Amino acid sequence: MIEGRGLTKRYGSKVAVHQLTFDVRPGVVTGFLGPNGSGKSTTMRMVMGLDAPDEGRVTVNGRPYHDLPWPLHEVGALLEARAIHPGRSARAHLWMLAQTNAIARRRVDEVLEIVGLTSVAGQRVGKYSLGMGQRLGIAAALLGDPGVLLFDEPVNGLDPDGIRWVRNLLKGLAREGRTVFVSSHLMSEMALTADEVVIIGKGRLIAQVSTEELISQSSQRFVRVRSPGIAALRDALERDGATTVSEDDGSLSVRGPDATAIGELAARIPVTLHELSPQSASLEEAFMELTEDSVEYHGDVTPPAARAGSGGG
Amino acid sequence: MSEVEVRAGAPGAAPPRPASLSGHYAMRGLVASEWTKLRTVRSTMWTLAITIVLGIGLGALATAETRAHWTASNQVGFDATRTSLIGVFFGQFSIGILGVLVMSAEYGTGTIRATFAAAPRRPRVLVAKAAVFGAVALAVSEVVAFVAYFLGQSLLSAPAIHTTIGSPGALRAVAGSGLYLCALGLFALGLAAIIRHTAGAISAFIGILLVLPIIVSALPSSIGIDIERFLPAHIGQSMLSLHPGIRSFAPWPGFLLLCGYALAALVAGAVLLVRRDA
Repeated sequence: MIEGRGLTKRYGSKVAVHQLTFDVRPGVVTGFLGPNGSGKSTTMRMVMGLDAPDEGRVTVNGRPYHDLPWPLHEVGALLEARAIHPGRSARAHLWMLAQTNAIARRRVDEVLEIVGLTSVAGQRVGKYSLGMGQRLGIAAALLGDPGVLLFDEPVNGLDPDGIRWVRNLLKGLAREGRTVFVSSHLMSEMALTADEVVIIGKGRLIAQVSTEELISQSSQRFVRVRSPGIAALRDALERDGATTVSEDDGSLSVRGPDATAIGELAARIPVTLHELSPQSASLEEAFMELTEDSVEYHGDVTPPAARAGSGGG
Repeated sequence: MSEVEVRAGAPGAAPPRPASLSGHYAMRGLVASEWTKLRTVRSTMWTLAITIVLGIGLGALATAETRAHWTASNQVGFDATRTSLIGVFFGQFSIGILGVLVMSAEYGTGTIRATFAAAPRRPRVLVAKAAVFGAVALAVSEVVAFVAYFLGQSLLSAPAIHTTIGSPGALRAVAGSGLYLCALGLFALGLAAIIRHTAGAISAFIGILLVLPIIVSALPSSIGIDIERFLPAHIGQSMLSLHPGIRSFAPWPGFLLLCGYALAALVAGAVLLVRRDA
């Protein structure tokens, strides 16, 4: 269990995290979502006692990190890839961490086995690929068999196999009853992994909801309709109070009535339907919508209407 | 897709707790960890090898050279002990660099965050580092000093004069040069805890050893002469000589002062470690 209460962190005059209150519960994967630079890493460092909050407090299992008697047995973290001396071997890196918290030597071999680095454990970490470095960081997080785990952008630099592996690992850890807090700026990744999401933008909490709720709450639910009599259907729908958008590909995006109502309306006119498909916004879109006002660096963004048209499951 | 097994036990079990562990993570584990860190990077081997080669080699070179060109006039003011220990003045740089790296390499590579996550009471980490590095530095420095001394004295065969370890002040100078290197290394470790960057800490260390004496010597002599004896390098000179200058601190009070510098740097470093974000 991680509990953040009114966490605030300033770097000079810049506010990195502002009055952030959130809970991370055991037994589920909690995603920590936000655009780059929104304060995710800063928050995680505050959880780990590495950065001191200017205001507020955060506890792990009810205690400030600093007061944990055996930190590695309670909390494991992958905070950034490659925060490891390049001249040291993976085994030596894990062993020196293990020694601080009275962790047995065989556990080092166990975690190396779990992450699949056994065959290269004696090599200098400087020779590792980005993905291997990430696996070593995950091994270090698992070292003390902790009940609380934090992963900051764990899939960075991993190949598709590695990404699938991390996804399964996170789910497996949560299923074992552990608290799993994982940050990402990729909503699509979180849609597949997280049960619950904490969303921040510019260091402020935007929402803490279940992943399902986030998608269903989104205003981006609509039905895609294709028909040779599309003009007549559109007029009928608009008379009934639906909102419609004619897309470039000739389809009609309808908000308001569900697919059943649209189908019955079409039968009454009557017009032939070539497509009648309910669309829900992707988590990516739901997230974009939520953080629209809080993105630190605006790029050339596609207008919302065009985005809605491309919505898939 | 198969689930990744992280530990034995039924799925859905309560979060694991360190049930078998009592108390608190302890200094013993931190010291063991620091020892592992020190012996698993190459820079340790290199800096210590340089300390040994320069410490012993330059002493041998200096004494052999003196013996080869010996004339009776050499005898005036000749300090055979100090000549054999000349390599110590070069060893102080390599020991100091190792002292800096023990701390700054963790910041440079980011390992410090893993270290402080494992042991959030940061001053304890610094104490463990100082204990392990200090012990290694002392052991290596004493070996270097004694080997350099005995080798140097054997090279200073008649007619050159030499001392024996029983000569007045000889044992103090030899053992003292090992202590000097160790204290200086700990001072460098403290500087690195304050400065955190390898290049910055090494520059500061070398500046204090080499540049500060030059600045002081440029001062009007009435002031400079009173300041000079407080400089670490000057304290070292006094500790290695059989007959320190009259304006220098005597060897042992000088050593205590140097230990005070090291302690002050380490305490300041510990305070900053706690205050600053890692």
